[in-house]
Amino acid sequence: MTPEEETEIRRRQKGRNIALGLVLAFFVVLFYAITIVRMGD
Amino acid sequence: MKLVKSELSQAMTINAQSMPADWRDFFALTKPRVMSLVIFTGLCGLLAAPGHIHPVIGFTAILCIALGAGGAAALNQWWEADLDAGMKRTAARPLPAGRMQRTDARDFGITLSFASVIVMGLAVGWLAATILAISIVYYAVIYTIWLKPRTPQNIVIGGGAGAFPPMIGWVAVTGDITLMPVLLFAIIFMWTPPHFWALALFVKTDYAKVGIPMLPVVAGEKVTRQQILVYSFLLAPIAMAPFLWGGMGIIYFAAALGLTAVFIALAIPVGLRTAALDDAMKPEKRLFAYSIIYLFALFGALVVDRVAYTQGWL
Repeated sequence: MTPEEETEIRRRQKGRNIALGLVLAFFVVLFYAITIVRMGD
Repeated sequence: MKLVKSELSQAMTINAQSMPADWRDFFALTKPRVMSLVIFTGLCGLLAAPGHIHPVIGFTAILCIALGAGGAAALNQWWEADLDAGMKRTAARPLPAGRMQRTDARDFGITLSFASVIVMGLAVGWLAATILAISIVYYAVIYTIWLKPRTPQNIVIGGGAGAFPPMIGWVAVTGDITLMPVLLFAIIFMWTPPHFWALALFVKTDYAKVGIPMLPVVAGEKVTRQQILVYSFLLAPIAMAPFLWGGMGIIYFAAALGLTAVFIALAIPVGLRTAALDDAMKPEKRLFAYSIIYLFALFGALVVDRVAYTQGWL
């Protein structure tokens, strides 16, 4: 594997990790909000 | 050096195996442009439904509709990767372009599909979740795997998959199925054949190349044009039905009348003409473009009508 390929793999992995982290954080907030709303029903 | 197709395909596979797919490729798997129409019609169904839904729950319902549609789209691309590689319109998608492994697309599609149904059931309601599950199976299995490669009527029955979102949005609010959500389903069901066949008329060479029995490929252009005309005329009474039997008001009536009249006016030249060799297919492209505007405008009118009624403007 060339250094360029290695760099590209790391770049993609980093991008995927950030995207997944943001999605998970979003769902934590969403489920918290849903729970609060449902508890008020 | 010019690579033959199998060498190219092999090279793409090696590339996909050695490189992890970019997050943008996963996003592309969800067919974001199709999803925008799904979100819009789902939102319109939700906003036009009588009753109240908490904004957080309403947002969750639309999110689940979007995730479900995205999951079904990913499964569609997983199944059709080989066909997509043979068509100009789809060759640049993540799988045929070799930017992603097939199993990644399959797992992503299954995860999105299950997650959307479970969250919909827990947060919104199990009837809405059940219809969402049916719509995903309808698109990913009945349409993609079963009908599309087998029958030129694939679009007619498969169009049902795209017709579910407004019904799900409506049911998310009301919790039951009445005549109106069925009518919203019927509008998109009748709209799909002329919309898609207009597209199939000017990209038919691609479908023929990969052996998909689209109506223009199997039955010929003349029959396709006749069918476009038939479904456009069938759409007219269905589009008016929410006013006649569904309790919608004068705003919806005026919009449906005007929009459908233009739809038929554009469908008539497509239905009656014969394309010359190297035809630019302008009437077909015009009908296809207008059909998208038509659906956005018709469902937009549905919401405006409901808001005007509930606010007492009329």
